[in-house]
Amino acid sequence: MTDTFEPTIIGFTCNWCSYRAADMAGTARIKYAPNVRLIRLMCSGRLDPTFVLKAFASGADGVLVSGCHPGDCHYVEQNYKAMRRFYLIKRLLAQMGIEPGRIKLLWASAAEGAILANEINKFTEEVRALGPLHWNPTQGIEAPAHAQPLVEVTA
Amino acid sequence: MSEKIGVYVCHCGTNIAGTVDVEDVAKWAAEQLKHRGVVIARDYKFMCSSLGQELIQKDIQELGLTRVVVAACSPHLHERTFRTACKNAGLNPYLCELVSIREQCSWIHADKVVGTEKSKAILSGGVERVIWHEALEPLRVPIHPATLVVGGGIAGIQAALEIADAGFPVIMVEREPSIGGHMAQFDKTFPTLDCSACILTPKMVDVGNHPNIKLLSWAEVTKVDGYVGNFQVVVKQKARCVVTELCTGCGICVEKCPKKVVDDVFEAGLGKRKAIYTPFPQAVPKYPVLDRENCTYFIKGTCKACEKFCPTGAIDFNQKDEYLQFDVGQIILATGWELFDVRRIPQYGYGRLPNVLTSLEFERLSNAAGPTGGKIVMKDGVTAPKSVGIVHCVGSRDKNYNAYCSSICCMQSLKFAHLVHERTGAEVHNFYIDIRTPSKGYEEFYQRLLEEGTHFVRGKVADITNSVRLPGEEGKLVIQVEDTLIGKQRRIPVDMVILSAGLEPRHDTKEVARLFGLSCSADGWMIERHPKLDPVATMTDGIMIAGCLQGPKDIPASVAQGAAAAARVVGKIQQKEISIEPVRATVNQDKCSGCRICNNLCPFNAILYHEDRMVSEVNPALCQGCGTCVAACPAGAITGTGFSNEQVLAQIEGLLMLNVKRMETIPA
Ligand SMILES: Cc1cc2nc3c(=O)[nH]c(=O)nc-3n(C[C@H](O)[C@H](O)[C@H](O)COP(=O)(O)OP(=O)(O)OC[C@H]3O[C@@H](n4cnc5c(N)ncnc54)[C@H](O)[C@@H]3O)c2cc1C
Ligand code: SF4
Ligand code: SF4
Ligand code: FES
Repeated sequence: MTDTFEPTIIGFTCNWCSYRAADMAGTARIKYAPNVRLIRLMCSGRLDPTFVLKAFASGADGVLVSGCHPGDCHYVEQNYKAMRRFYLIKRLLAQMGIEPGRIKLLWASAAEGAILANEINKFTEEVRALGPLHWNPTQGIEAPAHAQPLVEVTA
Repeated sequence: MSEKIGVYVCHCGTNIAGTVDVEDVAKWAAEQLKHRGVVIARDYKFMCSSLGQELIQKDIQELGLTRVVVAACSPHLHERTFRTACKNAGLNPYLCELVSIREQCSWIHADKVVGTEKSKAILSGGVERVIWHEALEPLRVPIHPATLVVGGGIAGIQAALEIADAGFPVIMVEREPSIGGHMAQFDKTFPTLDCSACILTPKMVDVGNHPNIKLLSWAEVTKVDGYVGNFQVVVKQKARCVVTELCTGCGICVEKCPKKVVDDVFEAGLGKRKAIYTPFPQAVPKYPVLDRENCTYFIKGTCKACEKFCPTGAIDFNQKDEYLQFDVGQIILATGWELFDVRRIPQYGYGRLPNVLTSLEFERLSNAAGPTGGKIVMKDGVTAPKSVGIVHCVGSRDKNYNAYCSSICCMQSLKFAHLVHERTGAEVHNFYIDIRTPSKGYEEFYQRLLEEGTHFVRGKVADITNSVRLPGEEGKLVIQVEDTLIGKQRRIPVDMVILSAGLEPRHDTKEVARLFGLSCSADGWMIERHPKLDPVATMTDGIMIAGCLQGPKDIPASVAQGAAAAARVVGKIQQKEISIEPVRATVNQDKCSGCRICNNLCPFNAILYHEDRMVSEVNPALCQGCGTCVAACPAGAITGTGFSNEQVLAQIEGLLMLNVKRMETIPA
């Protein structure tokens, strides 16, 4: 096998659209990057910021958040709430020294298996380019080099 | 670790075993996840088969399993199967977790090493998660006995009648002034050529007269709330300007109305109607509709001819649109199809060349009750065509338009060929890519046409033109085609061309899907729960689909779906209660600080705040279990059953236990 770095990505999908898009990609036998492992939530609105932190802390190099297209949420409008939360999480991560490029929000309808697969491929490459995260919050925030200024402030 | 977990890895024939070393995955789980509580791990050819299920059940009983993880297909396919299997063996069904190593692994990867390692990760995510599962009981809710049927085409009519005949109330909402749908526009129906009106209108009358059916035509659903068993719908009843209690349907108003309007809907633009009208004489309901956009009184402020002549004083110009509210337990959508817009293929000349017709126009032209009384004539209104070309697959089976086959156009084109031949004696050429006649009696109909002397030219029509190149083409429409059977370009001059346009989803299918919380496929048709095993249910419990909104199909198939959807609905009503997934949020009142952050997040207003105790509470009857409030509560006071924080966090850990990074070190 190659010696390129293979990132691990945790993907949160809602039960109604994006998890079904993944099912659809499977049924259509679309081949895509094996780096993502999906977790089914009922709705993207269920995404608790702790889930994202937990994923990074447990060794994920990237996190994908996926839900129904705006207006299509099975629970009316919860994906808008997920979107608000998403930008908040992104800022929070930046403050912790985690590149914003390690988290991605993607709307995918149940019919968009090919789009989901394609976006996962793209995201995998983006995360691969960022390199391994090796983030261990229990050891303080000094791990990634780009977080140094922050470390000085808090130290 | 107190749990005893059983792990079951499915081969799914070669579907999984082809790209995942299932035996290795099972062996790995038995050894490496032992410390997590896995006491047994097996692989089996088809876990979902009865033998596979028995394997699990036997282990539950003999080994005293307290948790089950099945690694197989998508939970959307077989979660219920395995939960039921567990339940029948005495284990609470919610203590079983199905993880997908087919749709999310074997089917999307080609490399067996990658597939096997990823399956292990997915499986370990499931094992970690299942430890945190709780025994749950499904919620029982009473089911409202009424059913809403949206769309009064043949599919909706069949569904409504089946339910009403079984003794349960139906509310039928139809957008047009009358029910009947497209079938009401046809003269004859293939393959039997029985008269469409003769078989349809009795059913329409039954709908109109049925004591159990409330028919709202000229109406549309504008709002849907609630969930299976208890939907609240709002229907906009557009103003008819006719008081139905007074109207006898005598039709004098229609006769007296001086304003003529081109009828683009029922007559497909080929005929005219009045500003106050019933689209056709057998319309159900019989009450006319006053089209306010075209009525002279509404435009100019004078006329009122209809009011003057109405013998019962039923005209009311001041009628307003009304919004009616209904409670229903279940919903059937049957909103049908629309014709592909043939103008999108300009080289076929529609709109430019007078004797190029769409299939729906030809249906009206050949209809005994149509604008020409069933005489097949050219645009001048008198001359019968001596030769007719019928083009199959217009806009279908073509990546530039619709890639799918519209399924009915071959038969409909054969029907037209027969009608033209029978009524005018004209020479008929059918241009086809393939002839598809797969249903009962269809191939026989094709054979009959061959015997009648219809010419069949195999090839996709390139161009239809009136520019003369060869002698004999003067005054004709020339069909330019490559005849692929003889390998030659041909120019065939005809008097009339019929474009057998494909079926398309209604232009507003997406909005309708959104209104009812359903999804559409990439082609725009509504998605069924399972393409083979559950074609009339949807992913939303309590909402069924029937007829062409699910995909192109003929009348027999539409009727079959209408009946099937009705059977489902009736089956549920008879249970009086239905069980729904116990995925709900609950507030731990001891932890709630009363911050009220959650209160406004719930789209179903399920969270109420107790002013006196200053705590929030979730009403489980209203909560749909999206989990947004669970994620938002700063005090961590809300738990979401089935998707608790513990479950998700554990799954994350499990998924990451083995990293792809390590895969590289494993020799291929
Ligand atoms: C030219 C042609 C000829 C054909 N001939 C034959 C034939 O001979 N034999 C055969 O078996 N099949 C034939 N077919 C196929 C046949 O038309 C369909 O199988 C049939 O119409 C499907 O019925 P439906 O009830 O699903 O849809 P539709 O007939 O389209 O009925 C849908 C109904 O829903 C209403 N509606 C739509 N949207 C809404 C909304 N939002 N709210 C409320 N109401 C709404 C519509 O007004 C309509 O009344 C032919 C098709 C074509 C194009
Ligand atoms: S968000 Fe949590 S703490 Fe605040 S009111 Fe709701 S349940 Fe109580
Ligand atoms: S989980 Fe919370 S926000 Fe979602 S429906 Fe239930 S109460 Fe409302
Ligand atoms: S259900 Fe898909 S985002 Fe809400």
